[in-house]
Amino acid sequence: MADSDYVLEARGVMKIFGNHVALDNVDFGLKAGEVHALLGENGAGKSTLIKILTGAYQPDGGGIYVDGTQVSLDNPLHAQTFGIGTVYQEVNLLPNRSVAENLFLGHQPLRFGFVNFRKMEADARVILKNYDLNIDPSSELGTHSVAVQQIVAIARAVQLSGKVLILDEPTASLDRNEVERLFEVVRGLKAKGLAIIFITHFLDQVFAISDRVTVLRNGKLIETRALDALTRTDVVRLMLGKDIAFSGATDVEPGEAPNEVLVEFKGYGRKRSVLPFDLTIHKGEVVGVAGLLGSGRTEVARIMFGADPADQGTVSVNGKPSAIRKTTDAIKHGFGFCPEDRKAEGILGDLSVRENIIIALQGKLGWFKALNRDEQMEIAGRFGESMDIRAASLDMPVKLLSGGNQQKVILSRWLATDPAFLILDEPTRGIDVGAHAEIVRTINRLRDEGMAMLVISSELDEVVAYSSRIVVMRDREMVAELRGKNINPGVIVQAIANNPDEAVA
Amino acid sequence: MKRSLRPLAATAVIFIIAYAASVLQFPSMLSTRVLGNFLTDNAFLGIAAVGMTFVIISGGIDLSVGAVIGFTGVLVAVLISWLGVHPLLAFVIVLGVAALFGAAMGAAIHYLKVPSFIVTLAGMFLARGGASVITQDSVPINHEFYSAISDLMIRLPGGGRLSFIGLLMVAIFLLGALLAHRTRFGSYVYALGGNPVSALLMGVPVARTTVQIYMLSSVLAALSGIVFSLYTSAGYPLAAVGVELDAISAVVIGGTLLTGGYGFVLGTFVGVMLLGLVQTYIIFDGTLSSWWTKIVIGVLLFLFIVLQRIIFAASAPGEEKPEKA
Repeated sequence: MADSDYVLEARGVMKIFGNHVALDNVDFGLKAGEVHALLGENGAGKSTLIKILTGAYQPDGGGIYVDGTQVSLDNPLHAQTFGIGTVYQEVNLLPNRSVAENLFLGHQPLRFGFVNFRKMEADARVILKNYDLNIDPSSELGTHSVAVQQIVAIARAVQLSGKVLILDEPTASLDRNEVERLFEVVRGLKAKGLAIIFITHFLDQVFAISDRVTVLRNGKLIETRALDALTRTDVVRLMLGKDIAFSGATDVEPGEAPNEVLVEFKGYGRKRSVLPFDLTIHKGEVVGVAGLLGSGRTEVARIMFGADPADQGTVSVNGKPSAIRKTTDAIKHGFGFCPEDRKAEGILGDLSVRENIIIALQGKLGWFKALNRDEQMEIAGRFGESMDIRAASLDMPVKLLSGGNQQKVILSRWLATDPAFLILDEPTRGIDVGAHAEIVRTINRLRDEGMAMLVISSELDEVVAYSSRIVVMRDREMVAELRGKNINPGVIVQAIANNPDEAVA
Repeated sequence: MKRSLRPLAATAVIFIIAYAASVLQFPSMLSTRVLGNFLTDNAFLGIAAVGMTFVIISGGIDLSVGAVIGFTGVLVAVLISWLGVHPLLAFVIVLGVAALFGAAMGAAIHYLKVPSFIVTLAGMFLARGGASVITQDSVPINHEFYSAISDLMIRLPGGGRLSFIGLLMVAIFLLGALLAHRTRFGSYVYALGGNPVSALLMGVPVARTTVQIYMLSSVLAALSGIVFSLYTSAGYPLAAVGVELDAISAVVIGGTLLTGGYGFVLGTFVGVMLLGLVQTYIIFDGTLSSWWTKIVIGVLLFLFIVLQRIIFAASAPGEEKPEKA
C-alpha cells in the first residue's frame, strides 16, 4: 500500500522483554478520518503497541512511520510534536487547577512574562465550545464529572497534537450517557479528519463507533479488517482464538440434584462497578464466570469477598441474612479469595512459604492465639505435600518460586482456613502446563469434597472442564447463566457476544 | 466561593475576631506601634514561610529552613566581623551558598527519588552542624551598615514604625504571590502538588521545577537569616531552632493543603500574622507563660487540618472510582 495512505504506521514492530516476545512482527496502519479499534485480551500486546506508538517504549525491531516518513519517538512529549496525542483511562490532568490551565499548562499565553489569564480563559472558552462544553474555564477541573474531565483531556491532546488521537480505554469509568457524549466528541473529531485509535474492552462500543478493527493475540497480529464485514461472534472468536466447531461438551455430569444452598446473593451490586445480580451457590458446586476482560468478572469477586463493599442488595450465608462489608466479614463466614494479580495482591513475596500459607489462618484465629513454629511447620508441610509445592525449603521466600507454585501457596493459604466458599480469580494465569493441570485437578477434588467455589477464567476450555454452572458477564452485567448441555465454549462465546440469532457451527 | 478559598477565608475571619477580642481586652493593642511591630518581629518567620508555601504546595516539605537561618546568620556574622567583608558582599555570598544548598537538596529529591522529608532532614543536620563547627558562640555584628539599615524606617502617626525588614517581608510576600499565581513556574508548582504523574505527562519540566522550588526555599531561608541577623545584630549557631515548624504552621493555618496542590501565598501572610497576634496577646497579658503560644498554635493547627479535611472531603465530586479490573 502506498505510504501516503497512512497517517501513522507501524511496520514489522518487535518488542522483547527478557525472553518474552511481547510484540512479534506487528504491522499496524492508521488512516486519517477513521476510528480504528485495537482489540485483544490481556497480554495480547495492545498496551505494548500503544506505548511504542506514543514513544513510551522503543521498538526492538521494525519502524514507526508518520505520513510515510520513518521517525523515532523518544517519549510521549516528543510524539506530541509529530501530532500524536494520547488520552488515558485515568484522567491524567490536574484536578486541583482550573479547566483553562489544564488545557494550556506549559503553553499559557504570556504577557510581560506573566500568564495572561484573560486571554487564556477566552481561548479556553472557544475550545470548549467546539466540544459543546458549557463550563466556566476558570472553574476547578476536579469539580466536574469524569466524563467532562475526559473531554477536556481530549481537547488538550487535540490542541497540542492534532493529527492522531489515541484513546486508551477512555470509557472505563463512565456511565452510558457519558459514553454517548464522549462518542459524539469522537465522531466530530473524526469528521474533521483526525485519525483515532480506540482501545476498549466493551464490544458494544467497538461496534458503535469504529470503522476498522485490529485484533492482537499473544503479541501477534491476527487481523485488520473493516468492521462492517464482521459480526460480534467473529470478533470474540478472533480475540479468544477458539475454534468453536471442535470444542467438546463438559465432562461434568449435569442434572445432579443440587446440594443445600450455601450462599445466596440477591440484587447484589455496586455503583459504577457491577450492575445488581442474583446468584445462588450450593455446596459442592463450581460456578464458572466467563466474560471478556473488563466485563466485571473481577469486580463480582471483589464484591462477594467484601474487598469492595456492595452498595445494594442482600446476601445470606447458610440461609441467614449476613452483611459482608469488609474482607474480615467474608473470612468469618468461611470465604476465601485468590486474587487475579498474584504478585500485587496475593503473595507476600519476602515472607517464607510457611508464613504465606499460615497467614490467613492466623488472621482468622486472631492476635492472641499465635500458632507456634511447630504448628506452622506442620500445617505448611501438610499442604506443601498435598498440593505438591516444589520449594527447596518451606522457609525460602515465596517470590523465588515459579508462578505455578506461588499459586499453589495461595490456594493452600485459603485451604488452611478450611473455607466453605472459595473464590478463585484467574487461578491458572501465567503458570506452566503441569501446574495448570494440577490446579484444575485440585478444583475438581475440592468440589467433590463438598466445597463451593466461584472460578473466574478467560480459558473457556478450562471453565467448561470444571464448572457445574457458568455465569456470563458482559458490560458489568451478569447476562446469562448456562447449565447442563449449554456448557460448551460455543454457547459461551455467543453469550459473551450477545448474538442469539447467529448459528454456531 | 471556591473550596480552596474557604480555609483562607476562615483564617482571615479568625484573625479579625481574635484581634477584635484582644483589642476589647487591651485597647492599646489597636495602635500603629503594635501593628508595626507585628511586621518587624515576624519578618524572618514570614520570609521563610513564603519559601515553605511553595514547597508545601508542590507536595513537599522543607525541614532545613531553621538550620539554614542559623547557618546564614553565623556565616554573615563571621564574614563581616572576623573577615571584614562588606555586608552587601556577605549577603551575596550567603544567598549564593544557600541557592547551591537548596539546588542540591532539590536534585537529591528528584533524581534519587528520596522523600523531601528525609533529604531536608539531612540538610537540617548539615546546616545546623556546619554553623556550630564555625563557632559555638554568638558573633556580634558591629558595622555601620547594619545600624544604618536598622535606622531605616517609616514613622507612622501614633508612634508606630515600619522597619526596613518589616517592609522587606511584605515585598517578599507580594513577589511570592506574583510568582505563585501569575507565572508558568507557579502553575508547575501547583501541578506537581496536584499529581506528579499527570504533570510529567503534560510536559511539566519536573526536574527543573523541583530543583527551583528547593532553591527558592533555601534562598528565602537565607534571606530570613540575614533579616534575623539585622534584627539581633549577631549570628548565633543555635538561632531559629524549630522555625521551620512555625513556618509550616503558618502555611497550613494560612489555608495551604499539607498534601499539596492548593494554597495561597497571601494566606501564609495571614497565618504569620495570626501567630504574631497570639504572641503579642500573651505579652500584653503578662501573666501567661510564653509556652501558651505553642499550645494555641497547636490547637489552631489541629483545627485547620480538620477544617481542610472536612471541606475537601465534603466537596469531592462523585464517588470513588471502582477498582480496576
